[in-house]
Amino acid sequence: MPILQIKNLHKKFTLHAQNGAVLNVLNGINLQVKAGEIAALCGPSGAGKSSLLKAIYGTYRIDGGDIKVKTTKQTINIAKAEPRQIMNLRRDVIGYVSQFLRVIPRIGALDIVAEPAIMQGMSPDQAHSIALDLLDQLRIPQKLHNLSPLTFSGGEQQRVNIARAMAAPRPLMLFDEPTASLDPQNRQTVLELIAQLRDQGTAILGIFHDPADRKFLHARDIHLSAVKEAEHV
Amino acid sequence: MNQPLFSVTNLSKKFGKTIACNDISFDLWPGEILGIVGESGSGKTTLLRSIAGLIKPDQATINYQHKNKTLNIDQMDEPELRHLQRTEWAFVHQHPRDGLRMNVSAGANIGERLMANGWRHYDDIRAEAIKWLEAVEIDAKRIDDLPRTFSGGMQQRLQIARNLVTNPRLIFMDEPTGGLDVSVQARLLDLLRGLVRDLGLSAIIVTHDLAVARLLSNRLMVMKDGQVIEHGLTDQVLEDPQAAYSQLLVSSILQV
Repeated sequence: MPILQIKNLHKKFTLHAQNGAVLNVLNGINLQVKAGEIAALCGPSGAGKSSLLKAIYGTYRIDGGDIKVKTTKQTINIAKAEPRQIMNLRRDVIGYVSQFLRVIPRIGALDIVAEPAIMQGMSPDQAHSIALDLLDQLRIPQKLHNLSPLTFSGGEQQRVNIARAMAAPRPLMLFDEPTASLDPQNRQTVLELIAQLRDQGTAILGIFHDPADRKFLHARDIHLSAVKEAEHV
Repeated sequence: MNQPLFSVTNLSKKFGKTIACNDISFDLWPGEILGIVGESGSGKTTLLRSIAGLIKPDQATINYQHKNKTLNIDQMDEPELRHLQRTEWAFVHQHPRDGLRMNVSAGANIGERLMANGWRHYDDIRAEAIKWLEAVEIDAKRIDDLPRTFSGGMQQRLQIARNLVTNPRLIFMDEPTGGLDVSVQARLLDLLRGLVRDLGLSAIIVTHDLAVARLLSNRLMVMKDGQVIEHGLTDQVLEDPQAAYSQLLVSSILQV
């Protein structure tokens, strides 16, 4: 079975402040992602690409269908999982790199990057050495490592966010425009890191707007507006 | 552990004709931080005080796991409950003066809870008190000063030290960053987050500040008029609120 299998997924938003207006953002999505594969969500803005990633991560509630995630022990349906099951999945199985780093006041970049690995049970020393290595690879100058990323540029924050995910790789990784605000050199580094994850057997689902990125990653395109017709699971 | 650490079933509490809490049930699992949010008068503080054994609910079943045994909190006698409150539980009040003894030194405020747990040697108690003052970033030189000479933020940190010194398993907090400056708040939140993670605590935190809830809690309960109207993972409730009131609450957060 693939690591991620989505069947007939529906998601709508009901806006109570606007007389109960209903927005149907996902209408019967079917897709699957296997270990060692990169799948890219394609489609115009508003097609529901980011919403789909948030539904898989458990941030958006689901109105119909299944999101099944295979773990070493069992298969869990995110659509019906308990909050604590989703918390455990996030620690051990699903990683998510959003477009924005949610900064915690007063915590330095190095500690932010090391945290998810420590939560998985790695020793703080080892997690810090991995974090240090990733920040170096992503060209975050050493003098910034102990400062809160609150003061960093957008591109630096994005790289801290990516390092944080890479320090604790999980079998299923979700990327929301990971190269959006990066210069060409850093963009290349991030793409290489993602390709490394794939080669280690990670299942990857992401949003990559640049066709060159998708080509470099050998990504399989999933067209969201046409997902229903394109994929038969 | 394959069962909740703390479990509340059908809790109700009235003050005269006013319903403060109406038929509330929830579970807290080991290591979880549950945030309870809602406006003033929603019943969140009454709920917290009822489950922590500070006031008696009209009706409730409250179970707590203690050494592979289920303790029935709502049936427990007063001395037993007090013992639990002094050892495995902790309660951080909104106003430090409600949780501290203002006429004894900072060191004694911390030491008192240790003595209640059987510590006897003055030197050990003092060393432990210094360790905890440093953990909450209060200069150890202030150990013999009265809390009344401390700023509000320092008092709140002292209250937290007093509560955490006995290594509790479950901590209840009522607006822990309530009356503090924003800069002090950030410092305190960071401190709480670290302590909760390092000590493996479970916590129930009442706050009206959604930013505080976002930073500290894994799960959120939204209360209004004594009812729980929404319940889920923190990011679920804040990014995809379902109930009309939760949507209003989330859309009212001020952006900076």
